[in-house]
Amino acid sequence: MRALPPTWNTLCGKLAFADMHELGIAENILQIVRQSVPEGQTAAVRRIKLRVGKLSGVVAESLDFCFGVMIGDTDMNRAGLDIEDVPVTSKCRECGNAFATDDFAFSCPACGGNSIEVVSGRELEIVEIELADESGEQI
Amino acid sequence: MSVITIERKVLEKNEQIAARNRQIFQEHGIFVLNLVSSPGAGKTSILEKTFQELRDELNIAVVEGDVQTDLDAQRVARYGVPVIQIVTSGGCHLEATLVQDAVGNLDLKELDILFIENVGNLVCPANYDLGEALKVVVLSTTEGDDKPLKYPAMFLNSSVLLINKTDLIPYVNCDLNRLRNNALQINPSLRIFEISCFTGAGIPEWCNWLRKKEV
Repeated sequence: MRALPPTWNTLCGKLAFADMHELGIAENILQIVRQSVPEGQTAAVRRIKLRVGKLSGVVAESLDFCFGVMIGDTDMNRAGLDIEDVPVTSKCRECGNAFATDDFAFSCPACGGNSIEVVSGRELEIVEIELADESGEQI
Repeated sequence: MSVITIERKVLEKNEQIAARNRQIFQEHGIFVLNLVSSPGAGKTSILEKTFQELRDELNIAVVEGDVQTDLDAQRVARYGVPVIQIVTSGGCHLEATLVQDAVGNLDLKELDILFIENVGNLVCPANYDLGEALKVVVLSTTEGDDKPLKYPAMFLNSSVLLINKTDLIPYVNCDLNRLRNNALQINPSLRIFEISCFTGAGIPEWCNWLRKKEV
């Protein structure tokens, strides 16, 4: 588990930079995890796998930091985030061509068409939650 | 180790409430616009100009979102427009549940248009559906012509771009053609209006578009 910053000054300073945005996202993640894990097993949560698209507006480092602050000294304080970055890909509605759009140029490189559907890159999803076995590590 | 597969959207709760808001707006036939921009781009000034042009023919209401103060609500109220102020106390964007609560205080029956003025921020408001029909992004010329490329999600998720403060073009380092091209590269279907709240240029065209959309 990542250690919290040594002083409140550092903590507040970092939180200010981290933005309220990721703090709210971390809160949502915690809520969903608590709803999804069988009762009494939240302390066993070790890894939460997320899919975060490049268009989701979420900064992985900030989210990781905020999540660490949120779980602080709760029963879930041994959980960590495993963030998969999802690139932006699009599909042309005119010719059906699929293409990577990490440069955010939303016109079709094949036919020049301007009617583009974003296929991936907006994701902000919890994929899976990994729990330590009761018989294994001590909780 | 055991693994629970859940595949849930982190913002699912917001999306559910936004869908409920949208249904209520549609049932009442209200055209709802979510106004987004960086702080100081001119969202409130655009609202003031819009009221001057449309208040005699359309019933308009406003939900104001700010981190602090009800200064914007005071400005809007001067035009006799019903306004609800949301103070987020630090929150960087509006969420659907805040809009749901605010709208509960408005008389929706007679309403034609509802403007939701989001918190000034070109990042997070892009990803929070409030139940609006469409997002309108405001970019002022003083911010520079590169902003669509720097904040692509906002321009991709918006349907209309209002380029404000065009009267300042002679004094600022902003190329209107480049700004347009940058915005259209991100979102080729953006409807663009060039306006100035100071001179009033472009406001009639924007209001004509609103008249047609509202019907």
